[in-house]
Amino acid sequence: MSEPKRGFWQRLRAGLARSSSALKATIGSIVRRRRLDQALLDELEEALILADLGVEVAQELVEGLRRERFGREVSEEEVRTLLATHIARILEPVAQPLPERPQHRPRTILVAGVNGVGKTTTIGKLAAAMRRQGKRVILAACDTFRAAAVEQLAIWGERSGCPVVTGAAGADPAGLAYEALQRARREGYDELLIDTAGRLQNRRELMEELAKIVRVLRKLDPSAPQDVLLVLDATTGQNAHSQMTIFREMVDVTGLVVTKLDGTAKGGVVVALARRFGLPVHAIGVGEDIEDLRPFDPEAFARALLGLEETVF
Amino acid sequence: MFENLTTRLGNLFDRLRRRGALTEADVDAALREIRVALLEADVALPVVRDFVQSVRERAVGHEVVRSVTPGQMVVKIVHDRLVELLGGAHAELRLGSPPAVVLMVGLQGSGKTTTTAKLARFVQQKLRRRVLVASLDVRRPAAREQLATLARQAEVASLPILEGEDALLIARRALDAARRGGFDVLFLDTAGRLHVDEELMAELVAVRDLARPAEILLVADALTGQDAVNVARTFDERVGITGIVLTRLDGDARGGAALSMRAVTGKPIKFVGVGEKLEALQPFHPERMAARILDMGDVVSLVEKAAEVVDREQAEKMARKLAKGRFDLSDLKSQLEQMRRMGGMGGILAQLPGMGKIRQQLAEAKLDEKMIIRQCAIIDSMTPEERRHPEIIHASRKRRIARGSGTTVQDVNRLLKQHRQLQDMLKRVQKAGGLKGLLGRGLPPGLLPR
Ligand SMILES: Nc1nc2c(ncn2[C@@H]2O[C@H](COP(=O)(O)OP(=O)(O)OP(=O)(O)O)[C@@H](O)[C@H]2O)c(=O)[nH]1
Ligand SMILES: Nc1nc2c(ncn2[C@@H]2O[C@H](COP(=O)(O)OP(=O)(O)OP(=O)(O)O)[C@@H](O)[C@H]2O)c(=O)[nH]1
Ligand SMILES: [Mg+2]
Ligand SMILES: [Mg+2]
Repeated sequence: MSEPKRGFWQRLRAGLARSSSALKATIGSIVRRRRLDQALLDELEEALILADLGVEVAQELVEGLRRERFGREVSEEEVRTLLATHIARILEPVAQPLPERPQHRPRTILVAGVNGVGKTTTIGKLAAAMRRQGKRVILAACDTFRAAAVEQLAIWGERSGCPVVTGAAGADPAGLAYEALQRARREGYDELLIDTAGRLQNRRELMEELAKIVRVLRKLDPSAPQDVLLVLDATTGQNAHSQMTIFREMVDVTGLVVTKLDGTAKGGVVVALARRFGLPVHAIGVGEDIEDLRPFDPEAFARALLGLEETVF
Repeated sequence: MFENLTTRLGNLFDRLRRRGALTEADVDAALREIRVALLEADVALPVVRDFVQSVRERAVGHEVVRSVTPGQMVVKIVHDRLVELLGGAHAELRLGSPPAVVLMVGLQGSGKTTTTAKLARFVQQKLRRRVLVASLDVRRPAAREQLATLARQAEVASLPILEGEDALLIARRALDAARRGGFDVLFLDTAGRLHVDEELMAELVAVRDLARPAEILLVADALTGQDAVNVARTFDERVGITGIVLTRLDGDARGGAALSMRAVTGKPIKFVGVGEKLEALQPFHPERMAARILDMGDVVSLVEKAAEVVDREQAEKMARKLAKGRFDLSDLKSQLEQMRRMGGMGGILAQLPGMGKIRQQLAEAKLDEKMIIRQCAIIDSMTPEERRHPEIIHASRKRRIARGSGTTVQDVNRLLKQHRQLQDMLKRVQKAGGLKGLLGRGLPPGLLPR
C-alpha cells in the first residue's frame, strides 16, 4: 500500500481496462474489417452480455448497430466506437454528482444496500470528500447489527475527521438515526451520513426496518433524508434489477453509487438500470482507500467498457 | 421483465403437443429460451454455451414422455444435466491431521469473515473438533474485531489480536497457537482481495505455503454476475482452491454464479450461506440450486409425475401379463431392475394403487443391492430360450449359468425357485378370480430375493 498514489484516470483506466480486456479481446478478435452480418451481430451481442449488460439491453444495442450499419464493411474501431456511443447516450442523463443542498442544514444522506457492497467504506470516502470541501460532517453508525460495524465506521470517522454517533449493539437503528439528526441540527452540521446494516431486498422485515428509519427522521425534518443512496457492487449481475426495484419502493432511492469498479467486473448492469429507472449515478468506487471515490463519467465508462481506453486517456 | 422459463416455453410449445422423440427443431427452439433464461440467472456466457451444447446432444432424439410437451421435456433434460454439473452429493470438509488449516479466500465483502465463524461453529459443535480462528485481515478497518466478536458469539477460540503484524506473521503465530493449544482445526480468515491484485494474491500464496491448508475455500457471493468465472478461475489458478462456499442464497438472486464457478474450477460447492446469523449455513443441494437457476421447479415435478404415470402404465401391462400366467425370466429381470433403480422401495408393481402391502414387504426385506445385481447377472447368463422356458434348465445348463454369472449353482436354483413360486402364485390368482386377488394378497415371500 506504500506504492505512490495513482491519478484518477490511471486508476479508472487500470480498473476498467481489466474489466474490459475480455470484452476487448472478444470484440477485437471478431471485428476485423468484415461485413456486418448477423453472425457478427450475434457475437457482439454476446460480448455485451459478458459485460453484464443483460440480454435485453445487449439485444437492443446490437439492433441499433444493425439499423445503422447492416451489410456494410466495418472496422473493429468503428463498431466499438458506435457501441460506446450508444452506451454513453444511455448513461449521460444519469451521470449526476451528488447534489449540493445548501438549503438543508443538515442535509441527511441515508446509505443503504445489500450486504457487503461497500456502504460503510463509501460513507468514509464521501465524508472525506465533503470535508475537503470544507463541510462539517457527522456520521451515524446505524448498523447496530453486524459485528464490529460500529468500530469500522468509527475508524472511517477518524480517517475523515468526522464525529460518529453510536449506540449500543443491537440498539434500534431508527432511534439512533433520530438521535443523530437531533445532534446534527443542534450542533450545526452541514451533512449527516447515515450508515445502515446490509440487507437483502427480499427480507421483508429488514426492509421495514429501513423504512422505519426514514419515517422517524421525517418526524424531525419532513424533508429528510434528502438523499437516499443505494450502493451497488459492480460484480453484481442481474439481481441488481431486483435490488433497485425493492429498495426504491421501500425508501425512495434518489441515486446510486457503484463500487468495486477496480476489479474485472464490468458493472454493465448499470446501463440496464439507467434505461429502466433513470436514477442518477452519483459516484463510483475504485478501491478500498479513502480517495477511491470518483465521479461517474459516462463516456469514460462506456469507452473503457468497450476496451477503447487508449483513445480516452 | 424476467419472464419465467416455464411461461416462455409454454408459449413456445403450446402448439406442439406431439408425441414421440424430440426433433432438432423442438430442441433448438427450447434451447434458445433456455440460453436466455440461464443468462438472466447470471450463468456466465462461456458456461452457458457449453451447457446448451451438451444438452442439445442429449435432447435430440430423446423420447417425450406422454402427456408432457416437448418444451417441458427439454426443461427436464436441462434440469437433470444442471444437477449433474452442479455436483453430486454434499461434499464434506476434508480435515486432515490436526491442526488442519482451513484458509478462507475471496473478493472484498463476499462473506469470508461471517462464513469463517459459521464454519468454525459448525465444526466445533457438529463435528466435535476443537477450533481456533484467526483473522489475517490487517487492511479492512475493524476486520479482526469483527471475527473476534463473531468467534465469541460462536463460542470458539480466537487468536488474540496484536498490533503491528502482517498477514504472514499472524499466520505463523496462529499455527503456533493451534499446535501448542492442541486445536484440531485452525480457520484462517483473510482480507478481501481482487483476483487481479498481484501483490495481494502473492501474499495469499505465501500464507498458503506456510500454512499448508487442508482446505482452501473460495467464499463467493450468489449475486455475482458474469465476472464469477474470472474470479473463480483466477483464485483457483493462483492459490488452488479446494471448494466453494456460496453466500447470500437467502436473497432472491437466481444464483447462476454457482454453475459458472463450479464449471470453470471443477471444485465442489461445499456449503451455502443463507443469512447473516451464525447458524445460517447449509450443505449445498444441487437439485435445489438447479431448480432455482432455472426457476422451474413446477415443470420438473410435472415431468417427473408424467414419468411416474408411464411407469404405472408399464406396471399395469406387467400385471396383465402376470394375470395371464405369462411371466418369464426376462420379466423377472426387469422387475428386479426396477427395484434396484427405486432404491429398494419396490418395483413397478409396488407403484400400482393398492400395493402398499408389497411395498412394505419389500422395505422390510431390506433389499440388498448386490443381491439384485447378482440375480440379474444370473438371468443375463441365460440364453433367450432359457429365459422364456426355464423348465429346460438342468444340471449342465445351471453350471454354465453359474460360471457365466460368477455365482453358484445354489444361487441359480434359488432364483429358479423364486420364479416357480411366482408361477404358482399366478395359478392361484387365476383361480381366485384374476388380478384383483393377486394385488390384494401381496407377493409370496419367496419372490423376495433373499
Ligand atoms: N476493491 C474495492 N473494494 C471495496 C470498494 N468499496 C468497498 N470495498 C471493500 O468491500 C468490503 C466491504 O465494504 P464495506 O464498506 O464494509 O461494505 P458494507 O456494505 O458496509 O458491508 P455490510 O455493512 O456488512 O453490509 C471491504 O473490504 C471494503 O474495503 C471498492 O470500490 N473497491
Ligand atoms: N444475507 C446474508 N448476508 C451474509 C451472508 N454471509 C455474509 N453476509 C453478510 O455480508 C456482509 C459481508 O460479510 P463479511 O463476512 O464481512 O465479508 P468479508 O468477505 O469478510 O468482507 P471483507 O473482509 O471486507 O472482504 C456482512 O453484512 C455479512 O453479515 C449470507 O449468507 N447471507
Ligand atoms: Mg457496513
Ligand atoms: Mg472479512
